[in-house]
Amino acid sequence: MADKVLMKGNEAIAEAAIMAGCRFYFGYPITPQTEVAAYMAKRMPKIGGTFLQAESEIAAINMCIGVASTGKRVMTSSSSPGISLKEEGISYMAGCDLPALIVNVERGGPGLGGIQPSQSDYFQATRGGGHGDYHLFVVAPASVQEMVSLTAHAFNVAEKYRVPAMLLADGTLGQMMEPVSIEGITVEDHDKSWALTGTDCKRKHNIINSLSLLPEELEQWNLERYKRYEKIEAEEPMWEEYMMDDADVCVVAFGIASRVSRNAIKAARAQGIKVGMIRPITLWPFPKKPLLAAADKVKSFVTVELNMGQMVEDVELATRCKRPILMANRVGGCIPTPEQVLAQIVEANKLGGAQ
Amino acid sequence: MKRSDPSKIVFTYQGDGDLASIGTAETVHSAARNENITIIFINNAIYGMTGGQMAPTSLPGQVTQTSPYGRDVNTVGYPVRICEMLSQLEGPSYLERVAVNNVKNVKAAKKAIKKAFQNQVEGKGFSLIEVVSTCPTNWGKTPEKAMEWLEENMLPYYPLGVYKDKYADKEGK
Repeated sequence: MADKVLMKGNEAIAEAAIMAGCRFYFGYPITPQTEVAAYMAKRMPKIGGTFLQAESEIAAINMCIGVASTGKRVMTSSSSPGISLKEEGISYMAGCDLPALIVNVERGGPGLGGIQPSQSDYFQATRGGGHGDYHLFVVAPASVQEMVSLTAHAFNVAEKYRVPAMLLADGTLGQMMEPVSIEGITVEDHDKSWALTGTDCKRKHNIINSLSLLPEELEQWNLERYKRYEKIEAEEPMWEEYMMDDADVCVVAFGIASRVSRNAIKAARAQGIKVGMIRPITLWPFPKKPLLAAADKVKSFVTVELNMGQMVEDVELATRCKRPILMANRVGGCIPTPEQVLAQIVEANKLGGAQ
Repeated sequence: MKRSDPSKIVFTYQGDGDLASIGTAETVHSAARNENITIIFINNAIYGMTGGQMAPTSLPGQVTQTSPYGRDVNTVGYPVRICEMLSQLEGPSYLERVAVNNVKNVKAAKKAIKKAFQNQVEGKGFSLIEVVSTCPTNWGKTPEKAMEWLEENMLPYYPLGVYKDKYADKEGK
């Protein structure tokens, strides 16, 4: 059994990134993710890495573009309003086919919003977020331990497909302390022949660029990128199934909402309701397959989200609206209670007929 | 990029819109940090690539696509002098404004640019060369008339010279 330490979610992300070979961090302070920067500020100088507090979120993401261009692992972190500022750079990263990790410890919005947890950046994260046709590889941890494993995994996937990755957490997970084991992290070795490392006059120049004024060329770049996205959609979805074997009702929840849902499911099971959960771990690619399969087995779904109903659209698409979908949600920094989720499970159990 | 691989030469080639407007914050802070990079800043008092709009360095009264009645300082303020502004910072190593309007100035510009790169090789930090130049196309002038306009209008507002040279001071030059 690995030694466990008690860590805050935000610190676990930072330590996992270092263990995953990230030696460059650029960020700008914002609650509730500042512990990531504070941890990096302490650790990076001790291990020969670079921590830099940038003059703005925009500067930070552009510094990430610089390091990513040289083929090295780099990350930035922020919270919702800060991520909006970074979106321009994130779009450029996608357009330049650069791997990097962007951490969003979400807080309530829109606008300046609040500083309490939220999942209301789901659309922004899963639809690219900035301008242009692109996706990020998006992972959504539900525990401090997963913040470790998914941070490392996101770096590997980002490099494998040359796409920016986002770790989408929320204020609760960022601030929560749990026992965690920081080991078993593998650093995959992916091709970096595209990186700007100096030619030494021995090879042709590499160019990192997202600009093309030739429509046919730009179209080709998009088509090539979408081939990689197809592969990601086929090979990289991750999810967890909980008590789904005999389920009549399927809860769909990610991140902190899945933790609340687990309690509600136990309570419902105690009342004799056969309910389970599919927890998306990757939000893009969305785990469509298990949801479509579940749609043929269960009579209804309940999504649990800290937003006004964003992931529910992906559940509708994935299940092709075969079954009714209820929602238990809170917004603005509030979290649904297990009782609220249980009430929706009870309602959902009355709906539809099993096949 | 420089921090990722300090063995490589990193430079930017920027216009006035880029450096003195949308990227001012980044310019100021990279200078404040004395990043060991070289910046070639082309100041031609207009947005060239987008087709001739008013730049942060456009002169009072200058007619552009977005200042069709001439730059009115009462509503859009005054042009920004980057070298003077950055020279107030402790950080940057070398700031010089040059022009490319005659042989003598072109030679001086070459020398300054060479020094700006040499500084980087020697690890002396942030060097920025502002090159006052023309944009005949978007100024709507012949190259010859553009040179005259530069000399009569730009050079009085943007005086040439060294605005900061940390190492010259230290070396007692």
